[in-house]
Amino acid sequence: MSSPQPTSVPKPIDPRGPRFGAAITSVVLAVILILGPGLGALILLIIQTIAFGLGSVVGLAAQPYGLVYFRLVRPRLSPPSELEDPRPPRFAQTVGLIFALAGLIGLVAQLPVLFYIAVGFALVAALLNSVFNYCLGCELYLLGRRALGRPLARIVPANQS
Amino acid sequence: MTGFYVAAVAVVVSVAFGLYRALTDGRIRGARRRDAGLRLGAEQLGQELGSSATFVQFSSAVCAPCRTASRLLTDVVKDAPAVAHIEVDAETRLDLVEQLNITRTPTVVLLDRHGVIRHRIVGAPRKPDLLGALHEVLTDTAA
Repeated sequence: MSSPQPTSVPKPIDPRGPRFGAAITSVVLAVILILGPGLGALILLIIQTIAFGLGSVVGLAAQPYGLVYFRLVRPRLSPPSELEDPRPPRFAQTVGLIFALAGLIGLVAQLPVLFYIAVGFALVAALLNSVFNYCLGCELYLLGRRALGRPLARIVPANQS
Repeated sequence: MTGFYVAAVAVVVSVAFGLYRALTDGRIRGARRRDAGLRLGAEQLGQELGSSATFVQFSSAVCAPCRTASRLLTDVVKDAPAVAHIEVDAETRLDLVEQLNITRTPTVVLLDRHGVIRHRIVGAPRKPDLLGALHEVLTDTAA
């Protein structure tokens, strides 16, 4: 029991990638809020939802902001001092996806309060992630598991590229 | 204009919460009142306790600071054969999580030689705090 990792531990990643992505996400979400309900916010929120969806469902290797980091930013930086398990940031993508979908429902169903609350919470999470390197999964996962009393593990599959 | 205020509130909330966490995370806490008399044994943990003290670390797969905490604790107990480090996967041991009311990972509880909970560290622990708490439990045991 000294090691809690399952037998298949996914390939570690550069931890700066998800933080870079969270910074872009923060800007996009802030712009969406400031634009307010309307076509501009709808288009941006759809793009952001797709980004979260790819990161959550397909994996971090498919997350568009992560790809920008990998292609354009990482080659200009020194190698990372430490690599990180991709499951925590992938869980954060799933949380972001849930908020973004709620925000989309708010827009489409013309429920501005839902839109503002959902996008506002997504912005808080993205800012905490980018500025403080905050671990969303550490706080929410266990509470979620305890509240639901059933496995959430399938949302964060153990094996991914 | 509403959206601008929502965004501003989100920024203020994140900075305030982030700073609060940065200041308080990993701080050592004495056993809380509900921990009073709570003890853990080898039969629950599936591993023998240390003869003087035991760090029980609750971790999960979606938790990045758990790795750092694990390395830190491995390092702390390396030269102390009477002190054990037991890592528990919170997900597979929801029974223990409920019993100890653990809300997030990593959470480390420090047991004395009888398995009684003496300290709780919620969030990424820091080495000086761990050593301080361990010292307290060890000197107490010796007395």
